[in-house]
Amino acid sequence: MFRLILTDKLLIGILRVGAMLAALVVLLILIFLLHESWPVLSSLPITRFINDVSWHPLENTYNLMPMLSGTVWTSSGALLLAIPLSLASALFIVFYAPLHLATAYKRLIELLSGIPSVVFGFWGLTTLVPLINQWNPPGASLLAGILVLTMMILPTVTLTSYTALAAVPDELLRNAAALGLSRWGMIKGVALPAAKTGITTGIILAAARALGETMAVLMVAGNVVQYPETLFDPVRTLAANIALETAYAMGDHRAVLFVSGLLLMLLIMALSGLVELLEKQRHA
Amino acid sequence: MSRSLRFLLANLLFFAIAIGCASQLQAQSKSASQRLVLTGSSTLAPLVGEIARRFESQHPGVRIDVQTGGSSRGIHDVRKGIVAIGMVSRALKPDEADLHAFVIAQDGVGIIVHADNPVRALSREQIADIYSGRITRWSGVGGTNTRITVVNKAEGRSTLELFLGYLQLRNSEIKPHVIIGDNAQGIKTVLGNPQAIGYVSIGAAEFEARRGARIRLLFLDGVEASVENVRLGIFPLARPLNLITSGEPQGLARQFIEFASSPQVQDLVRAQYFVPANTD
Repeated sequence: MFRLILTDKLLIGILRVGAMLAALVVLLILIFLLHESWPVLSSLPITRFINDVSWHPLENTYNLMPMLSGTVWTSSGALLLAIPLSLASALFIVFYAPLHLATAYKRLIELLSGIPSVVFGFWGLTTLVPLINQWNPPGASLLAGILVLTMMILPTVTLTSYTALAAVPDELLRNAAALGLSRWGMIKGVALPAAKTGITTGIILAAARALGETMAVLMVAGNVVQYPETLFDPVRTLAANIALETAYAMGDHRAVLFVSGLLLMLLIMALSGLVELLEKQRHA
Repeated sequence: MSRSLRFLLANLLFFAIAIGCASQLQAQSKSASQRLVLTGSSTLAPLVGEIARRFESQHPGVRIDVQTGGSSRGIHDVRKGIVAIGMVSRALKPDEADLHAFVIAQDGVGIIVHADNPVRALSREQIADIYSGRITRWSGVGGTNTRITVVNKAEGRSTLELFLGYLQLRNSEIKPHVIIGDNAQGIKTVLGNPQAIGYVSIGAAEFEARRGARIRLLFLDGVEASVENVRLGIFPLARPLNLITSGEPQGLARQFIEFASSPQVQDLVRAQYFVPANTD
């Protein structure tokens, strides 16, 4: 008994240190980003990043807003497509599919989640983009970015939703059945509300991945810095911007790329802050 | 509990050993008799890295460290005396006459289109018109009546710098439809889009075309885009790849530069799709 307590205490200590280190890493990343981008943040007014003509760091124009919009458009487009598809898949696995089909289907989704993003990017570049190009050139576009991202976040949302739905206590479902609810009535009135938190978490995870996804989007989205007017216009995301230019950037150019990293970080922080706010409101 | 504890301990032990090894390695590298650091062009870095590895294997005790950061970093570091040799993937400018340049290879940039495109040759003016959006359809340069997809390189790449210098355009004047990173992505983009026009390293394009990729290198100002013409110095869109020093190179730096421009490394130069400097 005594030894058990001792090891428990020891483990708690170790876990605490581990958790603190993990939190510290995030803080360090933020400090590093600020430090590296300081040369331009201190010498340029912040409004330059919003009001400049365009993004041509070698000609001293640093507008980041088209890329912010590109990031937001690709991510929200992908979420818009992925959420209904994923929820349908999860509900299908849990409530509708016969057991063996459900298992096979789930395996397939798990397989999809294991494919590295660069494979999606390569497929997009060699298959999807030429296909869209036949329809409406140049093919490398917002649409291609959204489709590739959708496929990448689909498994995340499906699997977390599945887990949340499967964790709904059987009791609740049986009670609902005893009340004479139809299957859809039970799903809508009992299962979905009970699994809501888990599903939301999955969506947030997926959103964060979509915002930060780099290689696949870089390969298919065309990377032209502009506000897209249609789905067929090329866009550049903040993450793709960093990947495209960092290796060749020096001095101010390099520092401005760190500013775009900082902006991406702030975007993701704002997202998680928003979620926190929603949670609080729901519990209040 | 005890199992997880053992696992943790094992992990800790592993890290301790790893850290120990790393510090030992560092100590070893410090004790190496001679060390040479090169910084500069990312176009040159992979090639110089390969040359350095071969040089190291022939000269035990020498350690060569190759770092990128762009041609301007190479010039900056050599001037400040931080490194002995810099890598610069362009000809030196008049205000850089204080530096010594040693050409170790030539690189050409070729205009590529899809093999289905009937256009075979373009002039400098036509390309400038296409890239600045004055010509938007292939019919404007003798092709089919389809929209041109302009493929440009990302800001900061030296290939872009060379290309802009040739066209006498600023990057903000170019109206691209796709922006790419490396040569491979450029070739893939043109392969997937019969209306596209792009520019990549001639060596890489020749290599892919010979392997059956459906791309075509265009004649530029009447000169065929080929590694051979880059070597002869008649292809207009080419640049020297230089190693630079401030003052006459001495000792190890001199040895390395001589090795890098000798016939002993020609196979390495060709493997990177560059043209060896001294083939005679």
